[in-house]
Amino acid sequence: MKRLMTLTVNGTPYEVAIEPRQSLLQLLREELHLTGTKEGCSEGECGACTVLLDGKTVDSCLIFALEVQGREVMTIEGLAQGDQLHPVQKAFAEYGAVQCGFCTPGMILAAKALLDSNPHPTELEIRQGISGNLCRCTGYVKIVEAIQAAARG
Amino acid sequence: MKNFEYFDPTSVGEAVALLQQHAESAKVLAGGTDLFLRMHRRAVLPDVVVDLKRIAELATLSYSDQDGLHIGATVTHGAVAEHAAVLQHYGALVTAANWVGSLQTRHRGTVVGNLCNASPAADAAPALLSYGAMVTIVGPDGLREMPLEAFFQGPGRTALGPAEIVTALRLPPPQSRHGWGYARRTRTVIDIALVSSCVVIQASNGVCDEVRVSLGAVGPIPLRAAQAEAVLRGQQPSAALLAEASRVAAEESRPISDVRCSAEYRKDMVEVLSKRCMESACSMLQML
Repeated sequence: MKRLMTLTVNGTPYEVAIEPRQSLLQLLREELHLTGTKEGCSEGECGACTVLLDGKTVDSCLIFALEVQGREVMTIEGLAQGDQLHPVQKAFAEYGAVQCGFCTPGMILAAKALLDSNPHPTELEIRQGISGNLCRCTGYVKIVEAIQAAARG
Repeated sequence: MKNFEYFDPTSVGEAVALLQQHAESAKVLAGGTDLFLRMHRRAVLPDVVVDLKRIAELATLSYSDQDGLHIGATVTHGAVAEHAAVLQHYGALVTAANWVGSLQTRHRGTVVGNLCNASPAADAAPALLSYGAMVTIVGPDGLREMPLEAFFQGPGRTALGPAEIVTALRLPPPQSRHGWGYARRTRTVIDIALVSSCVVIQASNGVCDEVRVSLGAVGPIPLRAAQAEAVLRGQQPSAALLAEASRVAAEESRPISDVRCSAEYRKDMVEVLSKRCMESACSMLQML
């Protein structure tokens, strides 16, 4: 039986009817049609489903939608300001840090959260900061370079 | 996933009443990083899920010199690892908490919830054992407390009775300066520990007063290596003594072989990691 809940996504308030068994990931993709957040493993191991919950990175595949009642979520769709890409997005594009792009939304959000809390990370800190986001294509080199570039400003 | 009824009570009493009412068909939800997966895989099929996260008193993470550290049931690994008092007084716990899963996991998964799952490989367990953690449990018959050693009863089994929940962990205040070491063998950052070890030593006048050596993933529960502790307790540490103590720790461990590695490797690693942790603790105390 569905329950009504409210939450804010990318600054916009939503009211949705949701089944208790639905995850935050399903809410975002299937109810709100924000398909930027990806389903990779459904196990909380790959980070493709990463979103920011009250500013902190979480795996949305492991969270029941109802747990997020009244909270603020940011997805990849919320990063750019109209035409203006976020510095991390720009750097990913410039440094060729995207191949198939499936890990990219989660990776960019993880990078943004890292730089928000640590504006000048070492390479090791960058690698640790994105260690919850797996990439099968790039080998991470250009991802790290892009994050270093975004940190330089 | 099988559908269920979701409750988010605002008091411990309400939560316990719900668990009493629904008994075996109810599961407790804290961070959800374990429960969600079990439900997704249909390993458990609860009709009712009781979310503890709206119970304000369970979110408390606080420290005082008199009472020590209080970790409420819904406090995440991330919050513990960042807390100033934990960094200052319980350094091994910061390292241990930072090993749990990924950042994303640590932003949701709770220290208490992880202990209630009672994996023998639980990362924070050796540190919590070495700091003498006490578990506060509330149920239909009221409140009780027990040392963490007694809380673990077997792989996946704890001392929790029907309709009981852990409301908090309490770590005693540090008696004097202590040295510590925490080490973990793992295949990847996000993988479960192959072996882990945590040593906490309190010393005075060059002699070890209190020694705690705890081991993870090498027995049915996280273990205290009591015989290894006895080798060091009351002694002045030396390279030879540490070698002996870590050898004894390895003998005390009861690892099994599994998909991750063999029992022989685990036993070898207990000796290596324990020695490193002891060396780290002694060097922090400037005793070696």
